[in-house]
Amino acid sequence: MEIYVFDDTLEGLLTLIFDWYHRKPGPILVHSEKHHHPSAFHPAFEVVTEAEKASRVARGLQQKLTQAGWRNFYCTFLSEQPEAFQHLFQFAVYVFSGVENPEDNYGHDSVLYVSQMARKVEREKHHLEAFIRFQHTRDGMYYAPVEPKYNVLPLIARHFKDRYADQPWVIYDHLRRYGLYYDLQKLDLINIDFQKNNSTTLPVSISEETHEEMYQFLWKDYFKSTNIESRRNIKLQVRSMPRRFWRYLTEKQI
Amino acid sequence: MNLSRASEKLQILADAAKYDVSCASSGGNRKNENKGLGDSKANGICHSFTEDGRCVSLLKILLTNHCIYDCAFCVSRKSNDVQRAAFTVEEVVDLTINFYRRNYIEGLFLSSGIFKNADYTMERLLRIVKKLRIEERFNGYIHLKTIPGASEELIKEAGLYADRMSINLEMPTEAGLKMVAPEKSHEDVKKPLHFVNQQIQLYKADTKLIKNTPKFVPAGQSTQMVVGATPESDMEVMYTADRFYKDYSLKRVYYSGYVPIRNDDSLLPSIGSQPPLLRENRLYQTDWLLRFYRFQVNEILNAAHPNLDPEIDPKLSWALRNLHEFPIDINTAEYDMILRVPGIGVGSAQKIIAARRFGKLRTYQLQKLGIAYNRAKYFIRCADTPFLSKDWQPQQIRNFILGSSHGKFQKAATQQLTLF
Ligand code: SF4
Repeated sequence: MEIYVFDDTLEGLLTLIFDWYHRKPGPILVHSEKHHHPSAFHPAFEVVTEAEKASRVARGLQQKLTQAGWRNFYCTFLSEQPEAFQHLFQFAVYVFSGVENPEDNYGHDSVLYVSQMARKVEREKHHLEAFIRFQHTRDGMYYAPVEPKYNVLPLIARHFKDRYADQPWVIYDHLRRYGLYYDLQKLDLINIDFQKNNSTTLPVSISEETHEEMYQFLWKDYFKSTNIESRRNIKLQVRSMPRRFWRYLTEKQI
Repeated sequence: MNLSRASEKLQILADAAKYDVSCASSGGNRKNENKGLGDSKANGICHSFTEDGRCVSLLKILLTNHCIYDCAFCVSRKSNDVQRAAFTVEEVVDLTINFYRRNYIEGLFLSSGIFKNADYTMERLLRIVKKLRIEERFNGYIHLKTIPGASEELIKEAGLYADRMSINLEMPTEAGLKMVAPEKSHEDVKKPLHFVNQQIQLYKADTKLIKNTPKFVPAGQSTQMVVGATPESDMEVMYTADRFYKDYSLKRVYYSGYVPIRNDDSLLPSIGSQPPLLRENRLYQTDWLLRFYRFQVNEILNAAHPNLDPEIDPKLSWALRNLHEFPIDINTAEYDMILRVPGIGVGSAQKIIAARRFGKLRTYQLQKLGIAYNRAKYFIRCADTPFLSKDWQPQQIRNFILGSSHGKFQKAATQQLTLF
């Protein structure tokens, strides 16, 4: 069986699907470059990403899927899980096989996988929208460091742009080393490599004028006072707010 | 703002507000069209969770805990010896805006003790929401308490700025309320609930005809009942809830297990007794069955069954009392009936309906769909279920399920459960 290797991009994966239809090799293994290990038993075919091929496949999928179905495809891609790409490939082939409402067939392995993985990614998106904490820095910027499990920055951009239209902000993904930057006019991707910060203190200093420390202090006060001790239930707290988010939560700092 | 004074007020006035359990920030839909601050979508967000496991979505505070009333169950009652404080209008606005900008909260939940009189209090609340919306161009979520007895003009104006308004019934029955708060009555609550609901319906009708009709309490109204302070049965609690849902088109009814706050009162449970968390959870499950699972309240609670079973959830309880309705065939049963199977939620029920059009579903497929199969299996048949399956008695099924989810009941006593 051949291994098809693509360059970790969505366009690459879509090109791969195009090439498969063109070359007709039968069943294949789908690897992204990041996860690819050459194998002695399976020859590798390196997919060369082409925008034209990718957009033809994208259009085809969009025609056959509902909007939600196409979004699930995209979300599953953003999960960056090695097995996700194989499922996306099989999902696409099933969609193009001509059945009606293919995305409803939860009895199909890859259809089910895509719907379940997309849900996990959406949940991570939702977690981020909830647990991001901005700090008002000296240069007037609201800054939030994050480390999401899946690559969800593209999914949350809209939410934060709508919400914080009148303040400049940066959300920076320390794991993937890129960020979103909103400058009151437009949203940009930035690739500046911030020195990874192991404490949650600011990379840039905060000033008296922004009263950043005061509001952090007051927020912690509030967090403590709104708790009802006789209902103590740490298990439920942790289940709803996984510990991996705590290092960036203002109210969880001492 | 002076830090130490603000900090002191915040501690007092957040502490006094926390017994109101409503935390929802859903149902708002204020788009940020003025390039202002904030945007609220239909689905609210919980920004944090306190050590009691409750969601923190809104800055929930009292404007003041000074109060001219003396309701026995309330920490802010006149006769209680606690520190008193009051925020200024500016302080509330400042905290809301600055917490919101840092993504701590979805908005503000503002309530108040009654100082001087109802109108005086309502007028202050109104000034705050007005300032937030107009001067600060704030589009975040605002939940405002309607102060019973306030004039209709003030309530009407406040409704133009708030997303949700609420008034608490406090106790599930009039008799219960009279025991602990002789000065209050359910009538005082019904009147403003009715008035606001009427306005909401009027504005809704206008919106259909005239574009740009202003929003009026777009996220609707809610109320709260305290359970376990006075001796009502679950049936009384849920029948009241059901009536209020219907009569005033409420969005939510909240059930708050009474947290004891005093030792000097023979009427109420004293400090140290556990809040009835399991009972509270069962009431919420029942509430969900009414709102999302198409149950009627009298199917779950009635003269023969006036209280919910603490050991098992109300859906399973109903199914065991109605075994003659089961097993149902997953491949042919109606959606409403699939919804009633213990272990199958709304999401899985919809998936089943969608997937079975592609062919008959078999057991292994059903297991993968994310249903609680070990619970559901007593109530369903799939394509590959052998025809002569065993006829279990309710008590047997009950024991099997309790046995396989062993310890859940004990744990449940101290922790809030997931719904189904
Ligand atoms: S009127 Fe409200 S704040 Fe005042 S004592 Fe009664 S419940 Fe408490």
